[in-house]
Amino acid sequence: MKAVITVVGRDTVGVVAKISGVCAQLNINIQDVTQSILQEMFCMIMLVDMSRCTQDTAQVRLQLDELAQSMGMEIHLTRQEVFDAMHRI
Amino acid sequence: MINTHDILETIQMINNEHLDVRTVTMGISLLDCADPNPQAACEKIYNKIVSKAQNLVPVVEKISSDYGVPIINKRISVTPISMLLACAPDADPVEYAKALDRAAKKVGVDFIGGFGALVHKGFSAGDERLIRSIPDALAQTDIVCSSVNIGSTKTGINMDAVKLMGQIVRQSAEKTAHNQCMGAAKLVVFCNAPEDNPFMAGAFHGTGEPDCVIHVGVSGPGAVRAALAKLPKDAPLDQVAELIKRTAFKITRMGQLVGTLAAEELGMPFGIVDLSLAPTPAVGDSVANILEEMGLEHCGCCGTTAALALLNDAVKKGGVMASNHVGGLSGAFIPVSEDDGMIQAARCGSLTLEKLEAMTAVCSVGIDMVVVPGDTTAETLSALIADEAAIGMVNSKTTAVRVIPAIGRKAGEELDFGGLLGYAPIMPINQNSPSTFIHRGGRIPAPLQALKN
Repeated sequence: MKAVITVVGRDTVGVVAKISGVCAQLNINIQDVTQSILQEMFCMIMLVDMSRCTQDTAQVRLQLDELAQSMGMEIHLTRQEVFDAMHRI
Repeated sequence: MINTHDILETIQMINNEHLDVRTVTMGISLLDCADPNPQAACEKIYNKIVSKAQNLVPVVEKISSDYGVPIINKRISVTPISMLLACAPDADPVEYAKALDRAAKKVGVDFIGGFGALVHKGFSAGDERLIRSIPDALAQTDIVCSSVNIGSTKTGINMDAVKLMGQIVRQSAEKTAHNQCMGAAKLVVFCNAPEDNPFMAGAFHGTGEPDCVIHVGVSGPGAVRAALAKLPKDAPLDQVAELIKRTAFKITRMGQLVGTLAAEELGMPFGIVDLSLAPTPAVGDSVANILEEMGLEHCGCCGTTAALALLNDAVKKGGVMASNHVGGLSGAFIPVSEDDGMIQAARCGSLTLEKLEAMTAVCSVGIDMVVVPGDTTAETLSALIADEAAIGMVNSKTTAVRVIPAIGRKAGEELDFGGLLGYAPIMPINQNSPSTFIHRGGRIPAPLQALKN
């Protein structure tokens, strides 16, 4: 089961480390990372494999929400199928 | 990996532009619940709904959480209840409505639709009894919705039913006058009603449908408006139509994905995706704002009907390729109280009832969530229903009337229904009497368009 974690917000030190930390703790494997600065906003997209994740998606979402709040950024978790459906014919 | 731009566009659409799946609606046939003993019938109705829909809410919520896609409403549509009343001549229809209400609350859905009748050519056993009970049924239940089909292109318009429905709409508002006349907000009068519509208040489960089925209604006016905002103001309208088509395609694909998953998980066939732009009172999630983004100062000014025709057509063209089965109402909705842009346009006087009527010739449904003065007579309401039905009948499209006479209030005041139903200023309505016309009764014959064989 693959998903995409997107992180958008003002660039701060340790963003990648903190997200990766949560992923490692939940046994979520990071397969690809791209990051860029878009309109002065830091923007990171992570493709992750959640098939061996130790928690259910609702729990993962909760942990990412907490992290987002503490960093003052927006973090979203969306299954890859959603993007495939919307952007591939 | 998927294109970064596409990923960010989707995230933006969901989080900032109100893109969502508006409803997953389970259609349930209640034909096997008919019983001459009303108590037994109500018990069968309750048991069938609860057993079929017990997993609907948890399954849909899990899909929403797993996939990161907002799904706003879970709903149930059932066989028109008048059909169950036919074999129970002494039954009180309100008891059936209460059974629906109890079952819907038990499984945790937001609304249940189908307390209605199909009388486009005449009343059969049970129909008139059901219709006369609608005001009480809507006043004594919370989440039951009602719809009555009074005309079709094939049959013409049943003007006896139109006359009756004007009275019923008024009584539904009167019986709930203490509660913002909410009864009338849960009642739709249709011409050419679709049997697989997932949207309320008009959803019911047609007799041609399978025993149980999952339908999905998508939404996303905010996403369409945001896409159009990026287009230069001098871009020709072909480019506007193309962009709407592309956006509608993406919105619909999300609905198709959710519907397929929900049907699979619940072990039921997937019915249709309703390709709709359904607005909400939230700022920016408005069909009127899309029309304004095309270049109208306010929705309702000259040009509104043309802009809406373009929008409605492009939504269908974009959506139709994104879904295996398209159905329901499919198009742009123009409910006044549920659309922030429409509310503002009505407040400033740009949007009038007459303009709304013209718009219904090219939108997906009809005069929807319009509040009229409390002293509007039943005959005037009937005549408004007849006008809308005529537009639907002649143009072979669905039209509907969901108007709320604001009992005890005048034009300029407002009603506030709360939630997705929103709030609306009371719009003035032509006060000249159509009484003699309405009291003639009878049927308006089917138009030539009906003779296709």
